[in-house]
Amino acid sequence: MDTTVEDVTHENGVNLHVVPSKKFKTVTITAKLKAPLSRDTITKRALLPYVLQQGTKSFPSRSDIQLKLDSLYGAVLSMGGGKKGNNHILSIRMEVANQKFISNESAILEEAMALLNEVIFHPYSENGAFKQSIIDREKDTLRQKMSAIIDDKMSYANMKLIDEMCDDELYKLHVHGYKEDLDLITPENLFAYYQTVLREDQLDIYVLGDFDSATVKEKIRSTFHRNENRVAPNEKKETIKELKKQPNVVIEEQDIQQAKLHFGYRTHSTYQDDDYFALQVFNGLFGGFPSSKLFINVREKNSLAYYAASRFESHKGLLFVFSGIAPNDYEKAREIIELQMDAMKNGDFSAEEMDNTKELIINQLLETMDNTQGMIELLYQQVVAGTERPPQTLIDGIKQVTTENVIEVANKIELDTIYLLTGKGGESDE
Amino acid sequence: MNKLAYENIDETIYTNQLKNGLTVFLLPKPEMSKTYGVFSTNYGSIDQTFVPINGREEITVPEGVAHFLEHKMFEKEDRDVFADFSKQGASPNAYTSFTKTAYLFAATNYIEKNVETLLNFVQDPYFSEESVEKEKGIIAQEIEMYNDQPDWQSFTGTLRSMFHNHPVKVDIAGTVDSINSITKDDLYTCYNTFYHPENMTLFIAGNFDAESMMNLIQSNQDSKDFAKLDAIKREFPEEPKGVAMKENKIVMPVSIAKCTVGIKESSGELSEQEFLEKDLLQSMIIDFYFSKSGPFYKKLYEEKLIDSSFSFETNLEKNFGYSFIGSNTDNPDQFAGRVQELLKSTYDATFTTEEVDRMKKKKIGQLLRAMNSLEFIANKYIHYHTMGIDLFKLIPSIQSLTVDQFNSFVQDWIQDDRIAVCKIVNE
Repeated sequence: MDTTVEDVTHENGVNLHVVPSKKFKTVTITAKLKAPLSRDTITKRALLPYVLQQGTKSFPSRSDIQLKLDSLYGAVLSMGGGKKGNNHILSIRMEVANQKFISNESAILEEAMALLNEVIFHPYSENGAFKQSIIDREKDTLRQKMSAIIDDKMSYANMKLIDEMCDDELYKLHVHGYKEDLDLITPENLFAYYQTVLREDQLDIYVLGDFDSATVKEKIRSTFHRNENRVAPNEKKETIKELKKQPNVVIEEQDIQQAKLHFGYRTHSTYQDDDYFALQVFNGLFGGFPSSKLFINVREKNSLAYYAASRFESHKGLLFVFSGIAPNDYEKAREIIELQMDAMKNGDFSAEEMDNTKELIINQLLETMDNTQGMIELLYQQVVAGTERPPQTLIDGIKQVTTENVIEVANKIELDTIYLLTGKGGESDE
Repeated sequence: MNKLAYENIDETIYTNQLKNGLTVFLLPKPEMSKTYGVFSTNYGSIDQTFVPINGREEITVPEGVAHFLEHKMFEKEDRDVFADFSKQGASPNAYTSFTKTAYLFAATNYIEKNVETLLNFVQDPYFSEESVEKEKGIIAQEIEMYNDQPDWQSFTGTLRSMFHNHPVKVDIAGTVDSINSITKDDLYTCYNTFYHPENMTLFIAGNFDAESMMNLIQSNQDSKDFAKLDAIKREFPEEPKGVAMKENKIVMPVSIAKCTVGIKESSGELSEQEFLEKDLLQSMIIDFYFSKSGPFYKKLYEEKLIDSSFSFETNLEKNFGYSFIGSNTDNPDQFAGRVQELLKSTYDATFTTEEVDRMKKKKIGQLLRAMNSLEFIANKYIHYHTMGIDLFKLIPSIQSLTVDQFNSFVQDWIQDDRIAVCKIVNE
């Protein structure tokens, strides 16, 4: 198995991470632009990935870019925005077939890098602004995206849970932005904001694939030029609101057949903390796997749900439980989920379950590293948290977690909000 | 054990057909941390009518049996197989498609043990009346969950509009009614017929040694007895070439309407060569027109008939095939009309050498990218193998396609009576 070596250098305002690996038949280049979450910029940042894909200086339309990508053996360009703790990250990815496996081709990677550089640093503009028609069109795209969330009941319920739970915190900001902001965005002010992004955001570039590191480093150096770099002030530390004595319970009704019962907890532990590994093991035992308490007790033993699982947000310190249930099973499902949390706090799990769960987590980590995007995301966690924790450290950290560590971390966890999205007509509905 | 070396993509496969009929493929990839194993039967939701093993009469089983069976395989008299895998650090899973049922695991440790667990649990069924009854509640929840998803409704609604009789028009999971009629005996009948090693394939890809793995599989299989299986007789209803309904309108709560245009690509048995050519050309040509570089995509985008949910897909199996072009849209009628108009304009299309070249490059790059995934390789290798095609030889097949082949395919592609429309609207 390959060991992962990440070569990190800082120059020209870019943190360059070169990661050679024989696992892949492609080369992946990912650029990450990081800034503090803010209500003022969230909608602009949500709109940018749509706009940036619509044209560059030398490839002025979406189809020009795409034709170029197609001729580069179907290279894939993708962009997106996401929240990690109180940061917003814009990711711009390019994945291209490794020329090693194609006869008579030697410039694919260079051309792909040049195209990515254009997409990031030279988007199509007219008189210092994006093109009006593109902005209008992509606002519609984003507006429809915002409207469509309600059709994906699981994401909708998750969004509503965070709305309720993080009411006065930055983390509640919707990653798709807000409809009322769209009218205020113009081709000029979005372009100006993007210049700020290019100047002030922290920029990390990852290159991953089967190549010679020195050659690739040189290629990146000669391709990407960032003029200025004044890194924006770091995220402000937020004080987390006092927990209510009683968890907040929110019930919403819609015309649906399957109810969604979601729980939000505060973990009081984040990626850089020492007990982060114990939290991972906790989550594995509680609801991270098909062998976990939630799956076994909610789904298997009581046939209450098709899915019941938990997930945690590493940088903000939140833990979520998701379940899909029949509307009239709400009380019963809620009780069983709460009982599983109590069981965790009481240390009601065996040494064998501990060992199995640790194996599963390590397995998951190793698997993540067999995937291009997974590997880059895993490495980038360190940048977001401001810690140095290479993959091997993560694995060792999991191995060292004890039963006591898990019980301790479980007892720090507090239930904040319960959110139920249920059918109209309430609990009598069948 | 045969060794197949594919130098251009730097891969080697070891293969063997065991005495009991099981086909085994091993792809060692020592640079990966993970090993992925899939044990797959050539049996899916469309195999509803057949002559059971040791039977003479043809029978038809309830809709959704293959999927139900898949769920039940994990439960044994005294334990749950998920726990067995979990103890060995593996994550198991399974899926049922129209034509396959597959059981799989991914693990980074205890690989040989996990392979044995995979073989043993699939080859040791335990169904009881009680456990069958209990499962009905879980599967009913799964069906209800899908019923709430507009995208799924749109997918199955388009299939129903395209096919008159072919069982591809039936939901893979069946309906709440059909699964309620499933009995323990139905499960055993289907199991005994379709889970015979003769009808199954094992593919292991990842971090292991091929020779000791093959020995382990062989001795595991030698220790079990299987009755002799004659070729399974499956029956499919006669399927007309044309679509069943020109239009299917489904009303459900959605914030934006959805519309899908379906092309009924195939409704009868294809030969190996026909399949290969159609499979490649169909996917490359629809991509040419409807991907983001495509002329049809550009028109739909400029005319504001689509948004970022726009997508297309194409699928070809031995006796059916379809392509879908769909989007969320404020104006489903106009979308449907325009897509059909564009499709019909391909009657007299011709491609330039550059265009064909670009299509081929894109397809080759897509294949290489997909090959980053052990899951893709294992599942697709089996899929193509069932059709008599070698996944790892697709790149040379793509390279050898001629401009004439593209042109004659596209000019013949669209026929009026093979297009159907499915709309999901909120009224």
